[in-house]
Amino acid sequence: MAKVLMKGCEAIGEAAVRAGCRNFFGYPITPQTEVPEYLAKRLPEVGGLFVQAESEVAAINMLYGAAGVGKRVLTSSSSPGISLMAEGVSYIATCHLPVVLVNIVRAGPGLGGILPAQSDYLQATKGHGHGDYKLVVLAPSSVQEAVDLMYEAFDLADHYLTPVMVMGDGMIGQMMEPVEIPPMRDLDDLPAKPWAITGAKGRKPNIVNSLYLSEVACNANNWKMKEKYDEIVKREKRSETYGCDGEKLDVLIVAYGTMARICNTAMAEVVASDKQKRIGLFRPITLWPYPYEALAKEAEKAKQILVVEMSTGQMVEDVQLAVLGSRPIDFYGLTGGLVPSPDDVADKLRKILT
Amino acid sequence: MKKIFGYPNSLTVNPTHYCPGCTHGTIHRLVAESLDELGLRERAVGIAPVGCSVLAYNYFNCDMFEASHGRAPAVATGAKRCRPDLIVFTYQGDGDLASIGMAEIVHAANRGEKITVIFVNNAIYGMTGGQMAPTTMPGQVTTTCPAGRNPSHEGYPIRVVELLSTLRTPAFIARAAAHTPLHVIEAKRVIREAFRLQAEDVCFSMVEVLSTCPTNWGLTPSEANKWLQENMVPYYPLGVLKRPDVDETPIPEVAASLKGA
Repeated sequence: MAKVLMKGCEAIGEAAVRAGCRNFFGYPITPQTEVPEYLAKRLPEVGGLFVQAESEVAAINMLYGAAGVGKRVLTSSSSPGISLMAEGVSYIATCHLPVVLVNIVRAGPGLGGILPAQSDYLQATKGHGHGDYKLVVLAPSSVQEAVDLMYEAFDLADHYLTPVMVMGDGMIGQMMEPVEIPPMRDLDDLPAKPWAITGAKGRKPNIVNSLYLSEVACNANNWKMKEKYDEIVKREKRSETYGCDGEKLDVLIVAYGTMARICNTAMAEVVASDKQKRIGLFRPITLWPYPYEALAKEAEKAKQILVVEMSTGQMVEDVQLAVLGSRPIDFYGLTGGLVPSPDDVADKLRKILT
Repeated sequence: MKKIFGYPNSLTVNPTHYCPGCTHGTIHRLVAESLDELGLRERAVGIAPVGCSVLAYNYFNCDMFEASHGRAPAVATGAKRCRPDLIVFTYQGDGDLASIGMAEIVHAANRGEKITVIFVNNAIYGMTGGQMAPTTMPGQVTTTCPAGRNPSHEGYPIRVVELLSTLRTPAFIARAAAHTPLHVIEAKRVIREAFRLQAEDVCFSMVEVLSTCPTNWGLTPSEANKWLQENMVPYYPLGVLKRPDVDETPIPEVAASLKGA
């Protein structure tokens, strides 16, 4: 199929439609507003539903209702809006409902700014809302990968009956790139949902509920969720490496999303000016579950590790967990919407290498 | 022997957790009877709130959600928009709907979601043990206004259905009460009407039902019924406040030039 030039947010919207999602509830917030804008036009063309909610709080609860009646459903927001959704996501996860969330991350904390950032890493990967639940977090580094991960996110959500987040920094949402759009999913082929709220005709009522006044039942559901998360950890970790083919590395960079692409350029720049230097890049694609083992394996080749993020170092602790003190870990990052340039990262690499 | 009275099919046969004298049980029954009589049970989806009726999913014999505090109208919106053939109702108390959930109820009503809202107003937070609600009466003592609600400090009780009736979007909005048999009969009539309008895909429908909370009011059930009549009914007038079939002045759409910019 021919490639088309699309803005990240719009491509994300189209990928959701292709994945069989016909229902969107959301609220405008920069820099993701092009997702609802695109879907407001696009969904009616395919007989779908677009509702602009009065708030992110309402939007996530509309998702709860839509997923509860068995429909593929999407919302999209940016950092402060995702914070507002946290309570609702906790309910959705506890009720074992499949939904897909997009977070086009902007600079924070607080109102922060509208420019790209990666400062929601800890929020997304270490819990988000209250209670013992996890989000599956997918981090694309190109518009094409955003499309591919969106397409898959709905299958992951339906398979594990759990919320899945596609998390891109503002760059992924705002950048235009050529993309290949996947084919339309046949809605008749989507998984059956016998647990859904569809009217208790000829069966006992189905109940979607996260209240467990019995501590024994609450404990049991938490461990049922944990079993599911263990399964996801076992099966769904994803990552890519660049320049890691050799046996030894002077530095292994760890970065995700747009930052990984910038690091890739920086790496090539440094190696081009000094052929003796061996630099590799490890890019987690799933931020949860985190690809600890794959990272540990690459780290064994490296003298030291450099983590680069558009945050003050939120992913560093996961890298520490992966290498368990066996390698020194350095960090470089900018925040507030400042995006480290390839030259910035190259300078940092040269400092480390001397 | 012919059975002349029993559980409506839309209620489960479960022991109730509601306190003696509380009118929730009566209101549950009115909803269930309405679903039965209109033949809606197999399409019905109830949405329980947070508050005393958080366990409503144990009592209604239909598919049920349990929503987060105040968000039932948003959950109902998601369910009804995705499955317009379902009969979706929320069942919410005054803390849930009139305090934390005020945004969701206003916008669901304003969008004209074709859902039915049963709003049980007993002028207090019941489940958490008797705190002030937005509907608590002036002078009424609660654990968080121990000297009585002071309107100069806490404002006056919110008349929710009057507020919602100001919206231009067509709706059926009524207030009833559940403290005497006569009022219960009238409450049933408007609740049934609310569900009928949803079944016929006409409009958003909502019934506020004035209710008692003997436990947290510190009154016997009969004293509580009297207190409701003397204190709540004068401030919260009963009746149908808004009907979908009343002609209103048409609102012209904006000039086309502003539409497709």
